[in-house]
Amino acid sequence: MTYFNFLAVNSSAILTGIVVTLQIYSLSIITGTLAAFVIAFLLMAPFGPVRWITTAYVELIRGTPLLIQLFWLFYVLPLFGIYLDKNVTGVVCLAANLSAFGSGVVKGAIESIPRGQWEASVALNLSPIRRMRDIILPQAVLLLFPIWGNLLVEYLKHSSLVSLVAITDVMYQMKMINNNTFDAVQSFGTALLIYYLISRLIITPLFRMLERYWGRRIGVG
Amino acid sequence: MGFDWQWDYSIEILPALLHATINTVIATFAGFAVAMVLGVVFLAGQRTRYPLVSWLFREFVEFIRTTPLLVQVFFVFYVGPQFGVLLSPWVAGMTAIGVHYGAYLSEVYRGGLYAVPKGQWEACKALNLSPARTYLGIILPQAFPPCMPGISLYLVGCFKDTPVLSVIAVTELLNTASVLGTMTYRYLEPYTIAGLIFLVLSLITVACLSMAERRLRKMLGLPDHRH
Repeated sequence: MTYFNFLAVNSSAILTGIVVTLQIYSLSIITGTLAAFVIAFLLMAPFGPVRWITTAYVELIRGTPLLIQLFWLFYVLPLFGIYLDKNVTGVVCLAANLSAFGSGVVKGAIESIPRGQWEASVALNLSPIRRMRDIILPQAVLLLFPIWGNLLVEYLKHSSLVSLVAITDVMYQMKMINNNTFDAVQSFGTALLIYYLISRLIITPLFRMLERYWGRRIGVG
Repeated sequence: MGFDWQWDYSIEILPALLHATINTVIATFAGFAVAMVLGVVFLAGQRTRYPLVSWLFREFVEFIRTTPLLVQVFFVFYVGPQFGVLLSPWVAGMTAIGVHYGAYLSEVYRGGLYAVPKGQWEACKALNLSPARTYLGIILPQAFPPCMPGISLYLVGCFKDTPVLSVIAVTELLNTASVLGTMTYRYLEPYTIAGLIFLVLSLITVACLSMAERRLRKMLGLPDHRH
């Protein structure tokens, strides 16, 4: 059986897988990115206990493997009487993980904006909210784009783990095909190619574009 | 079945989980040792003077870095049998982790190599040192310390990626926790304890590695890069 035959026979499974992967992935990176900003601000909160609790959350997530978090949410939450749909569990887990890893990056970017910018905002009597929204964040976001692009490539890879709680993404479909046909090279090879192409042709160029667009918008570069 | 933590069950499964922890640690270090060596190979491959070879290595590293470890583990494990070669879960797992982290480490090594000032290379040439002495005596001792943070980062990352090996039945921590869970239908204790073991070990590892890094910088007489 040639490779094109393989693709033709399994096209519907592969396409379903790609759609599910992209759905899970896009939902989790959007919520995860928003949560990362919220957590970064909580990490810089002036009130001590808020900082400590947030730090504990970040360390707890960074110190444990994503796969164990996923299994924990999937198998243990029902014991607490919380029944989440498996797709929701996958998205929540990826988003929580991204928020913890991303918050440190966001905090670093905000803190790396030169002191003069903060001082000038104070001198111009801008309110703290305007200082953050109009002066600091736009510059921090520009620094974030390249790092965030790399981080999101990592999360596309992490998203394959949700196949282990029976979410029907690319990885899951390929595992099923392999179970039926034992064509490991074709099935897993195709999965490798799909992940590679999504990050090479969509995520990386998208973030380059966003970085250039944002730079022009705030008048840098 | 509500939330009821059972201490006697926890104590009963603890020895099995601790035993599996040893396997996790072995898998981490064995996989990472393979990765440290492969990282050198991948970097050397990219630095050859044959453009085709270096382009191939470059693309290969890029490919490995942008594809999930989970798929790579399955690929290595199931491709062998298709051609009549049977790999044990451990061999397949170590190969996958070795190649995956080797690709990452080659980037770390490259960063370290670029951190060495150009004048050092030129001075070696001016002193007519052999390539071996140039690398071993001058360049590598200076290239290594900047690599340390990256190596530590990926060592901890590798440790936290070993649960992926449970899918091909390497008897590490997550695999053991799952097996214990399916035997009794109690998942709360095994998964929570497994998570806690990971948390404690990774916090300890991070602390030890940053201490080792400071020691190394001090030993080589380099300034402390922390403020």
